[in-house]
Amino acid sequence: MIPTTFEYTKATTVADAIAALGNGDGKILAGGHSLVPALKLRLNQPERLVDISQIAELRAIREENGGLVIGAAATHNDIATNPLVRSKLPMFAESAGQIGDVQVRNRGTIGGSLAHADPAADWSAVVLAAGATIAVQGPKGARKIAASDFFTGIFMTALAEDEIITAIHVPVVAGARATYQKFAQPASRFALVGCAAQRTPDGQVHIAFTGLSDTPHRDHAAEAAVSGKPLDAAAIAAAAAAAGEGVSINVDHYASEKYRKHLAKVYLKRALEAIA
Amino acid sequence: MSTNYIGKSVKRVEDKRFVTGKGNYTDDIVLPGMTHGMFVRSPYAHAKIKGIDTAAAQQMPGVVAIFTGADLAEVNGVPCGWQVNFKSGDTMKEPKHPLLAHGKALHVGDPVAFVIAETREQAKDAADAVEVDYEELPAVTNPAAGVQAGAPLVHDEAPGNVAFDWELGNPKAEVDAALAAAAHVTTLEFVNQRMAPNAIEPRSYIGAYDTTSDKYTLYTSTQNPHLIRLLMCAFVLGIPEHKVRVVGPDVGGGFGSKIFHYTEEALITWCAQKISRPVKWTSTRSEAFMLDAHGRDHVTKAQMGFDANGKITALKVHTYANMGAFLSTFAPAVPTYLHGTLLQGLYTTPKINVDVTAVFTHTNAVDAYRGAGRPEATYLLERLIDLSALEMGVDPVELRLKNLIPPFDGVTQPGYQTQVALQYDSGNYQGVIEKGLAMLGYADFRKAQKEAAESGKLLGVGFSTYIEACGIAPSAVVGSLGARAGLYEVGQVRVQPTGKVSVFTGAHSHGQGHETTFAQVVADKLGIPMEDVDIVHGDSDTVAFGMGTYGSRSLAVGGSAIIKSIDKIVEKGKKIAAHKLEAAPGDMEFANGKFTVKGTDKSLSFGDIALTAYVPHVYPADLEPGLDFSSFYDPTNFTYPFGCHIAVVEVEQETGKVALKRFIAVDDVGNVINPMIVDGQIHGGVAQGIGQALFEGVEYDENGQMTNASYMDYCMPRADDLPMFETGSQVTPCPHNPLGVKGAGEAGCIGSTPAVVNAVIDALWSGGHKVRDILMPLTPERVWTAMQ
Ligand SMILES: Cc1cc2nc3c(=O)[nH]c(=O)nc-3n(C[C@H](O)[C@H](O)[C@H](O)COP(=O)(O)OP(=O)(O)OC[C@H]3O[C@@H](n4cnc5c(N)ncnc54)[C@H](O)[C@@H]3O)c2cc1C
Repeated sequence: MIPTTFEYTKATTVADAIAALGNGDGKILAGGHSLVPALKLRLNQPERLVDISQIAELRAIREENGGLVIGAAATHNDIATNPLVRSKLPMFAESAGQIGDVQVRNRGTIGGSLAHADPAADWSAVVLAAGATIAVQGPKGARKIAASDFFTGIFMTALAEDEIITAIHVPVVAGARATYQKFAQPASRFALVGCAAQRTPDGQVHIAFTGLSDTPHRDHAAEAAVSGKPLDAAAIAAAAAAAGEGVSINVDHYASEKYRKHLAKVYLKRALEAIA
Repeated sequence: MSTNYIGKSVKRVEDKRFVTGKGNYTDDIVLPGMTHGMFVRSPYAHAKIKGIDTAAAQQMPGVVAIFTGADLAEVNGVPCGWQVNFKSGDTMKEPKHPLLAHGKALHVGDPVAFVIAETREQAKDAADAVEVDYEELPAVTNPAAGVQAGAPLVHDEAPGNVAFDWELGNPKAEVDAALAAAAHVTTLEFVNQRMAPNAIEPRSYIGAYDTTSDKYTLYTSTQNPHLIRLLMCAFVLGIPEHKVRVVGPDVGGGFGSKIFHYTEEALITWCAQKISRPVKWTSTRSEAFMLDAHGRDHVTKAQMGFDANGKITALKVHTYANMGAFLSTFAPAVPTYLHGTLLQGLYTTPKINVDVTAVFTHTNAVDAYRGAGRPEATYLLERLIDLSALEMGVDPVELRLKNLIPPFDGVTQPGYQTQVALQYDSGNYQGVIEKGLAMLGYADFRKAQKEAAESGKLLGVGFSTYIEACGIAPSAVVGSLGARAGLYEVGQVRVQPTGKVSVFTGAHSHGQGHETTFAQVVADKLGIPMEDVDIVHGDSDTVAFGMGTYGSRSLAVGGSAIIKSIDKIVEKGKKIAAHKLEAAPGDMEFANGKFTVKGTDKSLSFGDIALTAYVPHVYPADLEPGLDFSSFYDPTNFTYPFGCHIAVVEVEQETGKVALKRFIAVDDVGNVINPMIVDGQIHGGVAQGIGQALFEGVEYDENGQMTNASYMDYCMPRADDLPMFETGSQVTPCPHNPLGVKGAGEAGCIGSTPAVVNAVIDALWSGGHKVRDILMPLTPERVWTAMQ
């Protein structure tokens, strides 16, 4: 419950932050709601923390090329209450409101959640189903990573150690319907299983799971069962039958493999029914 | 006597400082020159300590001293406060519980070294640098497994890991015969799971030593400072009591876990003298999860027999009670005298036998946790009777009513003698059940349940009745049962010259609101405003003596001691008043703060008399000045609160998730001084009991690691898990204490757990899932699995 000694820098620009981060021994501090508990348990012992929470450009939420750009340091609460998000990407507001409690939502950020890549975090399923792109920047410049390439394992991402996430770019498709449904782990209230689903007017369906396995992922088999078809009971049942098959399923205190897989099917069904 | 305060929901006096952040907890205290300690703790549940290398740590910045078990080889361990003998008459096995492990570590978190530094951070850094060479040994965590042949041994001196075995009630042969003759026998094997107490304030201690006076001070987050002083001085450190002051400042919850004398308390006091500087240690939340004494952990087999008319004919119980690696202060009393003795419940069961095997395991110590033994007894009885009703196809309420002990007031009718040693004081058990049923609307509920089942919804109702033994306890009785201390209480009432009153009580609030309720009582009894009364507690230098707060005893025992002192004040006051008014003391009466010559308008106020007592110019020749009395009150019996709790749940078929829809608690806690505080106690207790039913439970893996030692995994009940509680009350005064009070601190936690589990089982049966039992906590997965 006592961290090791570290230096603390408050960055005012992205360039500052990248410079201060250095290579390997520094850590970005955003909302601190994943990092600080890890520091206190000494699971993480960085030499330097670079606080990005006060960088205005990282906190903005704006429209660009018909889509929305959500700054990496936007808090869960910023997103849940933002009018643009509420009207154009209601799934984002819906899921943000299900994260933790008010204190957590007031400090925790979307960028922090994605970078931390907790296998049970809510945002991961949402950005996957929305087909979002994650904008990152480092000493070698900026690049964009598709959400589907971002999560590489348990607490692991495609982000390099010297890079920071700057924004999440989310396409807005007129007439799309999307939802995030989660069965909360009773103690942590993270997703025991979370399912995000999005259906665009062309009938394409994206289905993503979090909490189910080590890595949040799209479920292509379930998507195939419903894409390009009317979302009727038979199609939903077929998608549910496919859901969670062929992935290595997490086992913990609150769910065996069998139960978690069952929940994946139940929550997929609920998600598809909600957007049908 | 007027009652300006008693029976009224006076707002809590102490809340002003608590809600404004002005509370003064042990960790808030900073003494000059204070150092900070951190423990090096065993990561293994069972290991040989082959070597400890502190050389590198000694060189770390700020390090003041490092102690290991070898430094304390000559120091006693912490004692157990209650001795239970084997059935054979042999004394229980009581292996030394050293302040620091020496040679072997016997549970995860067993302290191996204590590092003291200038700051807490430096102490932590240095503790991380201590190198310990362990040889891991096999461990056992489950008490039923612990007694099996070949199980890893915790202590060489306790073969089979048995700490003691114990039996109570009717001879086993008679109970077996009654069961054999029964028309129906319900058998249930179950676990009453281990609970982490989770007080919001972690344990915190400061030891200090004054070289010139050779006097020690221990600040401690405790429920009973004098008891800690007694145990630490007499049994561990061998320091005379007049050289030790123990202070319990504000204490942020305990639920039992802060009763016990912990090794850290004695160690820190010992260290303060060794380094001649104050030392503070505050538990981390991780340490609190692993090392605050846990509760429950019973592995039980119980059988209840019925005759053809549904009358209970016999009850037979065997429990393996997990003691953990060491016997904590009250641990032996919990599965025995606080559990076995409650197995009569509210029922007329004519034959009862209870057999308990207390087992050492490589786990943290288990001791009293809110309710302590009584929840385990209630859970057992109420699960059995509900399951019996399901198996016999009869209504669970009718089955209870059929077997209920009839009402008795304990004054004109005698107390009720149970088969398991206790004599209940007074009771109207039917009353609380009927009230609960009316609040529920039982007939309507069954209709709604049927309709719900037809549309695929699983609604269920669960009942539970309980009785508990509180007001702990008559010293002679508990002494004969093995308690190594008396369990009276001390109350001193000091009237100041101006008529203001300071009350010193040995009870020690850790959330109960004594500063309010005790002041209400004193103010009414003396006919003065509450603001004129100050309640002082928690300091062995100001309070003469005391046994502390647990077992719902503070008002019943501590309040009674205060009443005794008030009686003495009034009696002396009458003598002073009689002298001043030139009347006979026998002609004086005292009411509403006035001493009056009976039948006249000649009177003197309480304030006049107080002043006269301290400025005795016109004063009886044979009377000492002053108005200050101290009394010890030793109760003549336990008190027996009782009640009926009802839960309504809905189980989600698809996921097994339980939603608690309603919770009705009708409690009879005797007379009520402050209904708001009683309600608060009931609410908190009910939430805690629901926590055990649905959410909480310590889990160990086969290596003895606690696998859910954080709030990420250990699920506490939260506000949005709970419905608005519906509380009802009935008052059957306690016949044997002056306030007629029984105690309300644990009731909620005792009645609620089985009500919730029974409701879930009822819901499942309503949908055709004939499930007999589900292991607590009833997580969604467990409930879902039971339906498959
Ligand atoms: C009580 C509680 C309940 C919670 N409940 C939920 C829940 O229900 N669902 C859920 O999904 N989450 C939950 N969380 C986690 C919460 O959402 C965290 O806020 C989030 O996971 C991390 O975001 P942060 O801004 O706090 O990041 P920090 O803790 O500051 O950082 C987390 C990690 O990300 C890195 N990082 C942060 N920002 C960036 C960036 N822009 N670029 C690169 N790296 C970065 C940091 O270096 C660190 O490694 C909960 C947390 C708490 C404390």
